[in-house]
Amino acid sequence: MLDSLRHLFKYRALISSLVARELKARYRGSALGFVWSFVNPLLLLLIYTFVFTIVLPAAHPPELQPFSLFLFCGILPWTWFSSSLLESSNVLIASGNLIKKVLFPAEVLPIVTVLAGLVHFCLGLPILALFLIYYRVPVSPTDLLWFPLIVLIQLVLTTGLALLVSALTVHFRDVRDLLANLLTLWFFATPIIYPITQAPERVRRLLNLNPFTHLAIAYQEVLFKPGPFAQVTRLLAVAAASVVVFVVGYFVFDRLRDTFAEEV
Amino acid sequence: MSSGQQAAGRGQELAIQVRDVHKVYRRYGRRKQFATLKSALLSGSVLRDLRPDAVFEALKGVSFDVAKGKTFGIVGRNGSGKSTMLKLIAGIGKPTSGAVRVDGRVSALIELGAGFHPEISGRENVYINGLMLGLSRREIAGRFADIVRFAELEEFIDAPVKTYSSGMYMRLGFAVAINVDPDVLLVDEVLAVGDESFTHKCLDKFAEFRRRGRTVLLVTHSLDLVTRFCDEALWLDGGVAKAQGDPRRVIDAYLMDVAGAENVQLAADDTTANSQPNPESRIPLDSARGKPGPDPRDMFQAAEGRWGSREAEITAVEMVGAAAQPAHLFQSGERVEIRLHVRANQRVSDFAFGVGIFNTEGVCCYGTNTQIDGGIAGEFVGEGLVVFAIDELDLVDGTYKLDVAVHRQDGVPYDYHRLLYTFRVKSPRKDVGIFRPPHRWSFSGGIRMSGL
Repeated sequence: MLDSLRHLFKYRALISSLVARELKARYRGSALGFVWSFVNPLLLLLIYTFVFTIVLPAAHPPELQPFSLFLFCGILPWTWFSSSLLESSNVLIASGNLIKKVLFPAEVLPIVTVLAGLVHFCLGLPILALFLIYYRVPVSPTDLLWFPLIVLIQLVLTTGLALLVSALTVHFRDVRDLLANLLTLWFFATPIIYPITQAPERVRRLLNLNPFTHLAIAYQEVLFKPGPFAQVTRLLAVAAASVVVFVVGYFVFDRLRDTFAEEV
Repeated sequence: MSSGQQAAGRGQELAIQVRDVHKVYRRYGRRKQFATLKSALLSGSVLRDLRPDAVFEALKGVSFDVAKGKTFGIVGRNGSGKSTMLKLIAGIGKPTSGAVRVDGRVSALIELGAGFHPEISGRENVYINGLMLGLSRREIAGRFADIVRFAELEEFIDAPVKTYSSGMYMRLGFAVAINVDPDVLLVDEVLAVGDESFTHKCLDKFAEFRRRGRTVLLVTHSLDLVTRFCDEALWLDGGVAKAQGDPRRVIDAYLMDVAGAENVQLAADDTTANSQPNPESRIPLDSARGKPGPDPRDMFQAAEGRWGSREAEITAVEMVGAAAQPAHLFQSGERVEIRLHVRANQRVSDFAFGVGIFNTEGVCCYGTNTQIDGGIAGEFVGEGLVVFAIDELDLVDGTYKLDVAVHRQDGVPYDYHRLLYTFRVKSPRKDVGIFRPPHRWSFSGGIRMSGL
């Protein structure tokens, strides 16, 4: 596995080119082009804000203000997470021709998917910054130092799951459908549209088992909640869990690697 | 392994070593394909479902070496394991057992332009394809001009690849793969798709590769290419190496085998024709009986089948060549006998035997009968054998069909076998047409020519 990782490192130029291609190709032919990377999260946010402040104003505690910013802290990373996994589940099959005909490490493909998602996530950050400025939310610079670490942990977790999901889908095509529904459940099991404090004690214990819960809370701590960053131990626990997920994901991928050319 | 092979192995460095390679493909049954992970989990049958329903052994212990700088050809029928072998050497897939060792950078021309993205420009695709094939950015930049020139795409290199014609697409794919400048180049039948000039260009490039001492492994159905280009050849059949060594010898052995198989195939076709007379034969039989006899022109239009009133019958048909054995494959110019085993179901005195040879387009090459040739019917009782001997079968290379009949002298058939028998004529010469009249060339005056 270490050999595979070292081998993969040689392909970093390919990975970066493929990410660039992914981004270029995505908006090729659309009038707005790259603007969509900004508009998409903005529209998503407007929809959630409309639903939770105008249609269902009572669904969240009134002291959680500005609520749209609270939503944004969770939705932006969640979109990266869920779209990366959904796309990864299909990526090996969609590139079947490549896997059957060209020799290159197949893990490049799910990794590219996750990294392209990361770029979109980063393109959403200026919008988030605009919100912070608009609402005059004081963000402490020391808290902000945690931000890259949180992103890194999410990257490791997402990549590990993406490798696992992409490899399993080759053998069980229904992972795709299973995953779509699982992600919906997962979304609601993460304190994104509600604060975790609102969940009953029993449920909260379950939610705490969800690694993304702590990532979402960490984002909220840094960007939304006043006061010093209080997630350190939990974040480190999630970091450890993410590394485990990555190792497991990569291990499974590595074990199934030789079957891809025959099964896709 | 041939002794020449071992000598090469000792004297030179090896580029490719293949040792007792087996490759087993697992086939999963239909049940597995439609079963779901969920149902597998629910019924607890995950492990059982992961077990294959059938296995297919594509390679059954193949060993060979390719010395550095040699051009090596692999031939064989479809499904003989050629492409599997190539993929294993390319590293796409691993052998189930055995070892494949390749020394140096490998580039595989398995599918040209695999991995091109239609939406982005040719230029970007060249970079990504090159990176995928293991080049660095700097290497690609250095070779970019060569790649574009080889592909003849100077004007279109910045257009999205989806606007390319299939020829442009292929040229670009080939140009990238060949400019990887591999130590070992693997080629799988890609030359079959280009136009004439592109194929020439590719062959020139291979020749250049050879001159520079690179190793080329060629998988192809073009036997001509193997004899012309390869230093050595391997014939795979059903996953087993049947012959290896001098390309001409290997190709000859392969061709003999293919011809033998064709013979068996043609014999099988004839058996069905002999044992199962067309069930619809009664219809033409009835209609033929009332008429004064088929218009000779009908002979050139009727579809294959068997009909007639069966007062006399042809019970079996054989073709016998120089080997004095029933066969279906003959050399052009060979002595051939067409033997009709016949039986009169009642005593007949009005009868004639006929033979016709047609090519696959249905053109009658030759037709005659005993009456045309001046025979006067006497009596036909019980069983008999009719032999129609052709001293020299002067037909060009191709597949032919046979009509045989026993009929009344006015043409009304007792038993007519229409195009039921097939035979092949092989010829080393590639002359065209149907008939090869015995001929010779001679020259006088200021003309000099040898070899004729």
